[in-house]
Amino acid sequence: MTDSRNKVAITKYKYTKREKGEHKQAYLFLTPSILITSIFIGLSVLFVIYLSFHKVNLFAKTYTPIGLKNYFRAFTDSTTRVAFKNTLTFSLVVVPIQTFLALVIAAVLNSKIKGKMFFRTTLFLPTLTSSSALTLIFMFMFSVTGPINGILIKMGIIDTGINYLNNPNFSLKVIMGMNIWSTIPYYMTLYLATLQDLPASMYEAAEIDGANSIKKFFYITVPYLKPMTTYVLLTSIIGTLQMFDQAYIFSNGSGGPANSTLTVSLMIYKYAFGTQNAMGFAATLAIMLAVLIMILSLISQKVNKSESLY
Amino acid sequence: MKKKEINIGKSLLYIVLIFVALATLYPFLWMISASFKPLKEIVNGNMSLYSDNMSFDNYIYIFGRSSLFPKWFINSFMIATVGTVINIFVNTMAGYSLSRLDFPGKNKIFFLLMALIMIPGQVLMIPNYLIIQQLGMLDKYSALIIPAAANIGSIIMMRQFFVNFPRDVEEAASIDGLGRYGRFFRICMPLAKPIISTQAVFIFMGFWNEFTKPMLYMKTETKYTLTLGLQTFSSKDAGTMWHQVMAAATITVIPIVIIYLIFNKYFLVGVRMDGEK
Repeated sequence: MTDSRNKVAITKYKYTKREKGEHKQAYLFLTPSILITSIFIGLSVLFVIYLSFHKVNLFAKTYTPIGLKNYFRAFTDSTTRVAFKNTLTFSLVVVPIQTFLALVIAAVLNSKIKGKMFFRTTLFLPTLTSSSALTLIFMFMFSVTGPINGILIKMGIIDTGINYLNNPNFSLKVIMGMNIWSTIPYYMTLYLATLQDLPASMYEAAEIDGANSIKKFFYITVPYLKPMTTYVLLTSIIGTLQMFDQAYIFSNGSGGPANSTLTVSLMIYKYAFGTQNAMGFAATLAIMLAVLIMILSLISQKVNKSESLY
Repeated sequence: MKKKEINIGKSLLYIVLIFVALATLYPFLWMISASFKPLKEIVNGNMSLYSDNMSFDNYIYIFGRSSLFPKWFINSFMIATVGTVINIFVNTMAGYSLSRLDFPGKNKIFFLLMALIMIPGQVLMIPNYLIIQQLGMLDKYSALIIPAAANIGSIIMMRQFFVNFPRDVEEAASIDGLGRYGRFFRICMPLAKPIISTQAVFIFMGFWNEFTKPMLYMKTETKYTLTLGLQTFSSKDAGTMWHQVMAAATITVIPIVIIYLIFNKYFLVGVRMDGEK
């Protein structure tokens, strides 16, 4: 803002009373949003970077500068490696499956059907529901005596109920399943909204050329939805890499069993606010996560763009 | 031949659709049905949704015996309502300024906001906590409302709306003697009602479903929100009281579903807006 004032001084342009009134209104109207976003986002980013070069004692409120030690620790720490591995695995499994299924289902549903309102409401339910309630429903369904074990026992696949919640082989997979299940309908709705604008003549032309449904899907639907796919991929990558609520509730904040549900976000929480009292280190992890998210977002944007050149 | 093909295709479509809908719906039906059953009937691996012993006992318990649950419900409702009202004004005023008014630094402010929107939320967990602690807002409702009182996504959405908003309406009002502030609050805001509703619906949902922030900031049990209070049902004592948890979960889902059914068309606008980014 000082910049523009200087410019005004140089050009010696005098604002009219009306223009000044407009400026006053604009700054007044922007003050609350600028104040909030600059404190709780802008300043916070600088603060987290500052913290990453310090050893923080939350209880004694002391900040001791320790240079790059937190970063060295992050790259050598074995728990950090587990957390990043869990987070990346989660993202790598969930993102492609949810994007692909959302696209296919949207393509299938993009026709005149009866009961649209009913299906739309039903499919929106998981989007409306808090992760807090959703996670509890899933924990209940996957508990030893829950309905999932009930079905599997009845079908004769297993003899006794599996404790999915306390088994490191299953816990992260249950969260993956839940995430895929709960986000597909939302992404599908986004795809459907875009498909409404696809001109029917494109399909008709393809039909005349003798294209079958599968060819139409790959040569018309998929390319048409490319911009939306970029958006879905981005949202999905950013969302999955930051996964916190579900892992926290699932493991009651511990990341267990055996660190199998320890995501980077959960580790940040544990180290900053838990008994470790290592907020500086946690801040370092947060920065590494942010950098990872930005890199992957850029790559997914680039990849999807270059493909659309064909 | 051709007609037959269409019929097969159509039925296949419905089969897929019904399967997807059932897969989505079943956990919710299970939640609702379990909320009416006694505990011993829902922890025996039974999958059926109906039972002879259904009653309102679980609801009576969570609303009657534990006085905390109604309090959490009221907390969530108040925080979401107040937060949404503040957001509407803050975001709409900002969006209006960035589209309709000319002032030095306009583009810089807009680019600053566009840069800030890209910051992943989890990075802010630690610094926001420390700032809120410094401001003395820990364990206060303001900790949940003030940091979330502006939403950059909504500001951009409002800006987009006002860019396409016809100027003559405002000019006519100014000829009628309305000042610039009167024009905004008496003419522009009422005319922006549909888009403000879209914004409101999504922001209310965000407040209502927020889990991480109340978990970090609220220490006193009576100040919990519903999402946080829900967790105490499952972590208390040795065994989880699933029947009560499911009743409590049902209560948290219902208000949002009602809002969805009422404001259905605004949800779709939001989806479209998102998609056009």
